Amino acid sequence: MTIKLVEPKATAAGDRRRGERRLEFAHAWDYAPAPEAVDHVKILPRYELFIDGKWQAPEKGRYFDTLSPSTEQKLSEVAEASAEDVDRAVRAARHAYDRVWSRMKPLERGKYIFRIARIIQERSRELCIVESLDGGKPIKESRDFDVPTAAAHFFYYAGWADKLGYAFGGRPVSALGVAGQIIPWNFPLLMAAWKIAPALACGNTVVLKPAETTPLSAMFLAEIIQEAELPDGVVNIVTGAGATGAALVAHPDVNKVAFTGSTDVGKRIQKALAGTGKKLTLELGGKAANIVFADAPLDQAVDGIVNGIFFNQGHVCCAGSRLLLEESVHDLVIRKLRDRMATLRVGDPLDKNTDIGAINSRMQLEKIKELCAAGEAEGAERWSPPCELPAKGFFFAPTVFTGVAQSHRIAREEIFGPVLSVLTFRTEAEAVEKANNTFYGLSAGVWSNKGARLFKMATQLEAGVVWGNTYNKFDPSSPFGGYKESGFGREGGRQGLAAYLHVD
Amino acid sequence: MSERRKTGAERRRPGADLEPGSEPADPLARLAVKKTWKMYVGGAFVRSESGRYLVTADGVDNYPWASRKDGRDAVTAAQAAQKGWAGKTAYNRGQILYRLGEVMEGRRAELALSLERAGESQPEREVDAAIDRAISFAGWSDKYQSLFASSNPVAGPHFGFSVTDPMGVVVIAAPDRPALLGLVGSICPVIVSGNVAVVVVSEVDPITPLILAECLATSDLPGGVVNLLTGKRAEVLPHLAKHMGVRALDLWDLTGDDAVKLEVAAADNVKRVTRRSLELEAWYDETRGGSPGNIERFLETKTVWHPMGA
Repeated sequence: MTIKLVEPKATAAGDRRRGERRLEFAHAWDYAPAPEAVDHVKILPRYELFIDGKWQAPEKGRYFDTLSPSTEQKLSEVAEASAEDVDRAVRAARHAYDRVWSRMKPLERGKYIFRIARIIQERSRELCIVESLDGGKPIKESRDFDVPTAAAHFFYYAGWADKLGYAFGGRPVSALGVAGQIIPWNFPLLMAAWKIAPALACGNTVVLKPAETTPLSAMFLAEIIQEAELPDGVVNIVTGAGATGAALVAHPDVNKVAFTGSTDVGKRIQKALAGTGKKLTLELGGKAANIVFADAPLDQAVDGIVNGIFFNQGHVCCAGSRLLLEESVHDLVIRKLRDRMATLRVGDPLDKNTDIGAINSRMQLEKIKELCAAGEAEGAERWSPPCELPAKGFFFAPTVFTGVAQSHRIAREEIFGPVLSVLTFRTEAEAVEKANNTFYGLSAGVWSNKGARLFKMATQLEAGVVWGNTYNKFDPSSPFGGYKESGFGREGGRQGLAAYLHVD
Repeated sequence: MSERRKTGAERRRPGADLEPGSEPADPLARLAVKKTWKMYVGGAFVRSESGRYLVTADGVDNYPWASRKDGRDAVTAAQAAQKGWAGKTAYNRGQILYRLGEVMEGRRAELALSLERAGESQPEREVDAAIDRAISFAGWSDKYQSLFASSNPVAGPHFGFSVTDPMGVVVIAAPDRPALLGLVGSICPVIVSGNVAVVVVSEVDPITPLILAECLATSDLPGGVVNLLTGKRAEVLPHLAKHMGVRALDLWDLTGDDAVKLEVAAADNVKRVTRRSLELEAWYDETRGGSPGNIERFLETKTVWHPMGA
């Protein structure tokens, strides 16, 4: 296969500089379809609630459909847990805590968690297919990122179970009790792992509520938990929408609430928990700056920009959604970025060549469209590569806005889609000021060939995670969480234990 | 302006602040110089902008009755001081807190007398413990990082590490008792890491905190790092809990609906809220009252992925 370098066509607009050569990808990078086989994955037509180690029908007998966002077809239906169901799950968790989990030798607890990690690895092929079917993310991401990282997270925290006494400088620690956990739809299995693994390692029992658009991988996780022979009631999974989550937050016998999702809902949960004394950790939204200096390795940076905003269709709370370019390289980077974006393949999540899969839901697609329209209305310049979207399903072309002002909605609000807003700066100080000019503070990226500059920028950025010459990297040993309105508490690392322990 | 003005004026007499209950002095003897008690905001001693004041329980002293605007001014002063304070070296912050201990030592008698006047039965013991608490936290300034930071063995070509950052402006509702030890013991762990504080001090003994303000002012502590407000917690705190420039609330001994309302208001900008109580004796306990956990509560963790070789 060859890539042709061609002279630009003389366009009527004449906006391309004379003599500039551009990459012509017309048919050079056409790929044959390479869909992942799905025939060995058994998705049941219906899933009940996973309570006390058993599948239990919801008391009100209500179920809701879960769709594949890439085909809009029904995959299965799952139970809608009412407040009574949530109560049953919390009681099962309390019982398991009192009777078994709090009394078990810590190393034994750890061994159960190790088992879960191993079975996730064993069943990783099924899990990644389910994750891509139900959520719409490209199979190469669920296969190479979501599922292995989920297994790694269980493996990491399993090892902490018998070492908690060393974690806080000898300060005494104790488990909290029952943890109520609410997770989002962008990384369904991985977020379940981030929540369940440290909670169990610290000696708590769990009631988990997956997101209503992506419940399936949690159903598979429940099977894995059964397979690992975890004592009944240690992990309970209740599916449902906002009302189910609210019932879990409000349950008087829940000692700890962990939530990952939007800042709006996070604030509501914080208010709901006022005065209850329940421990709370929040991992909320973001509007991260990805800052590229002129001295950066620019080709590497362009790939990092793409990974930063188009990874998982931009459904990433820490996505690098505000690109801050040093003014002198703005035109060069934008040209390289557009060339790179022209190679991105949007389509079937189960195709191994797909770079950008389906938007998670119709609702989310509408929100992205609305914010993009606002971007145009406010005067930013919108660009997407020529790209054919599948006729069915929820898809959105990768989009970049240039000429964005800090006051524009697309520079302030979390879009949670494959949409990048580009701003410029001239000095380090200006970059820092613009990067920090947001209520959010989850993450940031800095691209420069000077190590000293990376360290200095990292020090000044108000963000819980700062990536130097990379973006969207995660590791179970690496604490993740926000400053300011991006939430509080950390997930990952020794610091992640604090969310699930009383520490004197 | 004060609801108790008459009472205060009736009870005030020359020399009364020096020796309560003593006979009126000889009218021809030297007239004592009474101190006007002022709050400590932005490094300056100020009256309430509202012009209001309250009178101490023994009826001897007036002190400022902080308003909503005083609270806002204190936050502004704290914000202005934050960058400079956090930017000082840990060693320097430690020396300044140590200096605070030194200055308090020099004012032991005055602090103890004030505590005694406010009804404290073991004033010397409390002053000693408060000074020792300041010294202990001074020593933490360049050590807590070693406990709370980490190097993260990430799977990839990156040097991963997590360090701590101060949060910014922390509002402290100090306990009523112990008025001095509780104040020093709540301020020091907050500011030692580079945070700045707006403190609503004890309502039962507002005067001892204002003497501490004079210690703070002469300890090389930059103005605005600690701001002390006197008055009514229930009046000032709701505004501070709502203030978008405040990052965290450290609420001691608050109970009931008012405290819940503070937590609700705090959620508007996702403030970090700590509500705690310690029994009196626990404040004296070095592992409880002096725990480095009190520093950790007001820190953010920042994780950095630094490239290796690429």
